[in-house]
Amino acid sequence: MTTTPVKKASGDAAVPPAPADQVTFTIDDIEVAVPKGTLVIRAAEQIGIQIPRFCDHPLLAPAGACRQCLVEVSAPDREGNVRPMPKPQASCTLEATPGMVVKTQRTSHVADKAQHGIMELLLVNHPLDCPVCDKGGECPLQNQAMSNGRATSRFVDVKRTFPKPISVSTAILLDRERCILCQRCTRFSREIAGDVFIDLQKRGAAQQIGRFDEAVLDFAPPAGQEPGDRPVGLALEDESGQPFASYFSGNTVQICPVGALTGSAYRFRSRPFDLVSTPSVAEHDACGSAIRVDHRRGVVLRRLAGDDPVVNEEWITDKDRFAFSWQSAPDRLTHPLVRDREVSADGTVTRGELRSASWAEALEIAGDALARARDAGGVGVLPGGRLTVEDAYAYAKFARVVLRTNDVDHRARAHSAEEADFLAHAVAGSGVGVTFTELEHAPAVLLVGLEAEEEAGVTFLRLRKGALQHGLRVFSVAPFASRGLERAQGTLLPAAPGTEAEWLDGIASGDRIRTLAEASTGDDPLAAASDALREPGAVVLVGERLAAVPGAYSAVLRAVDATGARLAWVPRRAGERGGVEVGTLPGLLPGGRPVADVAARADVAAVWGLDDDGLPAAPGRDTDEILDALSVGHLRGLVAGGLELDDLPDPVHARRALEAADVVVSLEVRRSAVTGLADVVLPVAPPVEKAGTFWNWEGRVRPFRAALDSTAMADHRVLDALADAAGVPLGTATPEAVAAELGRLGSWEGARVAPPEAVSTDLPAVEPGTAVLASWRLLLDDARGQDGERYLAGTAKRPVARMSATTAAAVDVFDGESVRISTDRGDVVLPVVVTDMVDHVVWLPQRSAGSQVHATLGARPGDVVRLAAADAAADARTVGGEDA
Amino acid sequence: MSEQSVAAGRPSHDPLTPVLSDTWDADRSWTLQAYRDHGGYAGLRAALAQEPADVVATVKASGLRGRGGAGFPTGMKWGFLPPPDGGPRYLVVNADESEPGTCKDIPLMMASPQALIEGVAITSYAIGCHHAFIYVRGEVLHVYRRLLRAVEEAYAAGLLGKDVQGSGFDLEVTVHAGAGAYICGEETALLDSLEGLRGQPRLKPPFPAVAGLYARPTVVNNVESIASVPSIVARGADWFTSMGTERSAGYGLFSLSGHVTRPGQYEAPLGTTLRELLDLAGGMRGGKALKFWTPGGSSTPIFTDAHLDTPLDYESVAKAGSMLGTRALQIFDETTCVVRAVSRWTDFYAHESCGKCTPCREGTYWMKQVLARIEGGQGTEADLDLLLDTCDNILGRAFCALGDGATSPVTSSIELFRAEYEAHITGGGCPFDPAAAALFDYTSRPSSRVLTAGVH
Repeated sequence: MTTTPVKKASGDAAVPPAPADQVTFTIDDIEVAVPKGTLVIRAAEQIGIQIPRFCDHPLLAPAGACRQCLVEVSAPDREGNVRPMPKPQASCTLEATPGMVVKTQRTSHVADKAQHGIMELLLVNHPLDCPVCDKGGECPLQNQAMSNGRATSRFVDVKRTFPKPISVSTAILLDRERCILCQRCTRFSREIAGDVFIDLQKRGAAQQIGRFDEAVLDFAPPAGQEPGDRPVGLALEDESGQPFASYFSGNTVQICPVGALTGSAYRFRSRPFDLVSTPSVAEHDACGSAIRVDHRRGVVLRRLAGDDPVVNEEWITDKDRFAFSWQSAPDRLTHPLVRDREVSADGTVTRGELRSASWAEALEIAGDALARARDAGGVGVLPGGRLTVEDAYAYAKFARVVLRTNDVDHRARAHSAEEADFLAHAVAGSGVGVTFTELEHAPAVLLVGLEAEEEAGVTFLRLRKGALQHGLRVFSVAPFASRGLERAQGTLLPAAPGTEAEWLDGIASGDRIRTLAEASTGDDPLAAASDALREPGAVVLVGERLAAVPGAYSAVLRAVDATGARLAWVPRRAGERGGVEVGTLPGLLPGGRPVADVAARADVAAVWGLDDDGLPAAPGRDTDEILDALSVGHLRGLVAGGLELDDLPDPVHARRALEAADVVVSLEVRRSAVTGLADVVLPVAPPVEKAGTFWNWEGRVRPFRAALDSTAMADHRVLDALADAAGVPLGTATPEAVAAELGRLGSWEGARVAPPEAVSTDLPAVEPGTAVLASWRLLLDDARGQDGERYLAGTAKRPVARMSATTAAAVDVFDGESVRISTDRGDVVLPVVVTDMVDHVVWLPQRSAGSQVHATLGARPGDVVRLAAADAAADARTVGGEDA
Repeated sequence: MSEQSVAAGRPSHDPLTPVLSDTWDADRSWTLQAYRDHGGYAGLRAALAQEPADVVATVKASGLRGRGGAGFPTGMKWGFLPPPDGGPRYLVVNADESEPGTCKDIPLMMASPQALIEGVAITSYAIGCHHAFIYVRGEVLHVYRRLLRAVEEAYAAGLLGKDVQGSGFDLEVTVHAGAGAYICGEETALLDSLEGLRGQPRLKPPFPAVAGLYARPTVVNNVESIASVPSIVARGADWFTSMGTERSAGYGLFSLSGHVTRPGQYEAPLGTTLRELLDLAGGMRGGKALKFWTPGGSSTPIFTDAHLDTPLDYESVAKAGSMLGTRALQIFDETTCVVRAVSRWTDFYAHESCGKCTPCREGTYWMKQVLARIEGGQGTEADLDLLLDTCDNILGRAFCALGDGATSPVTSSIELFRAEYEAHITGGGCPFDPAAAALFDYTSRPSSRVLTAGVH
């Protein structure tokens, strides 16, 4: 062995004794110890040696395609004599072995010459359009051509060109002539997202990344298998011949080492060196994905995935990446608004128009009105589920201290008392529970009330990674197997809405066989799930949608108890977990303290400088109850945060409730349905303009700072000022003050709330012509957080109604025809996609364009809705039938 | 004739040793009947009477080296398979013969497909494979048909299928036609193509012996290697080693093409020389002088008349600076423009580069244009150094050996015929008359500016 005998004192690799699975070798005469299986290029990074590379990506399987990372290698033969390998080796595919001697471009002429040669060849067919290329200035090809390339080109011949660009989807463009064929994008779509939409075509210098093209690939789209997940906008066809739809396509733009893949929204907008970058946290879901916000002169131009190995690795959803212009939309509120009321001679009160007001006036009016409403009956607080921890804490404290009530609930969605008990029992104050890493390495994961790809995008990527790399088995209790579940190689436990608890109880009791049919085929997903969940490390992921199923949360706890599986609650919104932790629930105080517990109240009262009994003791009302109380006058006022009425299970009722209130104070970023009903509107800062913290579903604290300088104030600061106006100090003016107070509060160590023991209700009878409604939110839908992003909107899934062949036949609609789904409130007409799913169930997207389940139908999942063939389709068939 | 006694010394002094080609002149030689009439399937009978390990030992002892070009010992390759684990293991025959100049497997499969099938059966038995694949170059449809028919005949005769010849050994054989890609002759690209994927070479390790077809242990062998197995098993390793040289044992097909009087297949012991072969082939066409030749296809550095007596075995050819390759001897006489020949070969490599790795994809694209310029009289003196430097940047830097192959004709021709290149550059064009080198009346292309706008 010819390894350097002297261990370097400064190298941290040299400090601990090398364990058996460590490999010691040298790079450029520096000894390095790495775990067995480490690639040479990774080991070089560890000691600060950068080997140029293009196709290599730490999260993708090695390809060895670009050959840029060639190094000179010698390795010991069987007798231990170190012999040079005859050719330079690609360090991105070469695993380090004991005693190996690697010489990079720093010490080896051969390696340096090889790298210069590859670089020159890469530039042969690369256009010199850097001045107009989005990547110029942050381009690995540009940078490494400078560091490891020739100063001038010897190429005087004809370059290969292509027509520019191909629109892969409305959001992604491909300029093939810039492509260096590293295959990062194709490997990402195959290995990570599982949406295989582009692949290599042709060969030699004509090789290109291409779309599905029958003329090239010579196969036809599959007949009959219509997956239904089509994008709204124009898109190229994927490998199966279907229009390409992926929620993760933006990642290919970020990992492209040249400017071949670009985002439509950012293309030609900016130079990277003009951008100011701020690390941040995505606000669109509860995963807490690390992002980078790039802005120029106060305007956000793009967002990129941050690198956080324990959370989102280097991937984010397209929504996290592209949906940011809502924060600077034209309807953004810039100053306070107040609405005067006029009392006519006969005593009727009419509301005037909102008018601009100074902060002083608005706060005074709001403070006085809230104090009056509080004294006249009470004021409820609906802060919404998208708050930072700091903001949520301010609402929680404002409710208790200023409004002297526990009527506070951040859940702007279907919810239940059972859920509140579940959260108090199993979630609040539980700290970091199941982590992304543990999820990936779990033997089995059961999803209940959660469609991971739609509702927690990067969680889906982790599940898929676990399934592909570590044998993780995914089970999902859902009415049908979504594409996401299929890509995670998951198993469906087919459940009509309302029957989730039955499946969970089956798992808890370890039932083997459900039906005779399954007994005969030997296919027993229940037994598989219930055995798998009993393996150590198995996880149950519960979505917030279970709140709409009576008894389901209780059944989850029974199943977890019986199987020993770990439990994590994965809500959709970024502020839900934080709200649970800091007390924006009617039964919980900060730190997971139960309101009903005297000691818990005393704890909080002490920190807040109140008497021991200074906090309201009566459990508060939840969102539904607050709205009910407002509509009948039991509550007289409302403080609303980022609340969308259309998110609520009954938006019509909510509107009436707000209209009935004496005073509505709205803290909002943009004009909304609530500000349209509010008496005082106080503008607040969106996440990009404030510092704050999200708690992701893991329970991990995800702090971020303001990316933009702004005069806009965060909710906690506005509430502090409002409290001052009402004569009560709140002490939440700064994030630091809130953090200090939360630190003093700590978490609750007393008795937890008992687990809920709700029972399932009887399933509704399904008459002919009706079906049970199943529904959830799609990642990309009609939500206001995606406003202003037309390129992104084009990649949303086209709204469809899914039902089984039996269900469709019962109402005489065929695949692709339109079906009318109606309630007494209204109707929705959507194309039908016949899906392999439970019978007598119809699934619609919950809040997509043309499919507003709450707003149009006034229905919740589990309700019975009427189905009928929509007229146009039925007529067409009648005509067709006569012709035949 | 093939059984005639062999002189004790080696190399054998028989100019020809027809074994594989022995039956080619038989009536309807490709039929099972004709093959059996000439002693066919004796090897399979002998093999089935032995333990598989003994068959492997015989092939190892014979010193048979891969006839596909690299010359890796066949028996050793079989020995790399991991011990049986109950799962399938595969034999894949590489019949994707596409190298310019190489034309031995296709006549072999046309004239004597049963020799290959017998070899497949013996090899499969030896390595414990129950499903073998023959990956045939797709362009040779007639060979594909003939193989299909031959496999059908063998099944009908109980030589393939369940319980081969009552031995209890089961073997399925699938003949698969490629889709026209030179790269699919590279064994891992062949496996990907066979699996229905885009044919591009795989990252190694794992090697096919460990994780090949469908990620199972797989042996990939050339047609001629496999077809040589029956004779070795039937007549013994000693018979085989009595031919050829110490380290390049046995016989092989030498394919003479180009400017010779009688081009064709000459089956001779390894270690023969071009001089001997040219004698057999009636000498150079029209008595012209030999200018240059390839010992083993276009990917092997070219030789000149100085190498007429170089023994054509692996070691001697390597020592002389080239490779024995596939023994595809393309003969070019003094009428041939070496720049033109190399330019056409380079066109081939540019056309057939799979595109996976940078050096082969971009390097051949570039060299094609530079060579076209030189041939058209628009080259510069710097272009020769550029070509050599580009070859240096491809050789040993590419993902697979095909990139290396593309550099051989360029570097070797510049080394041997630099003056001829310079004559093109200084003389403003090609000093040769292309028609003089042609076998038939030839109208040359209009010699306008040769600029290739993109690839086609």
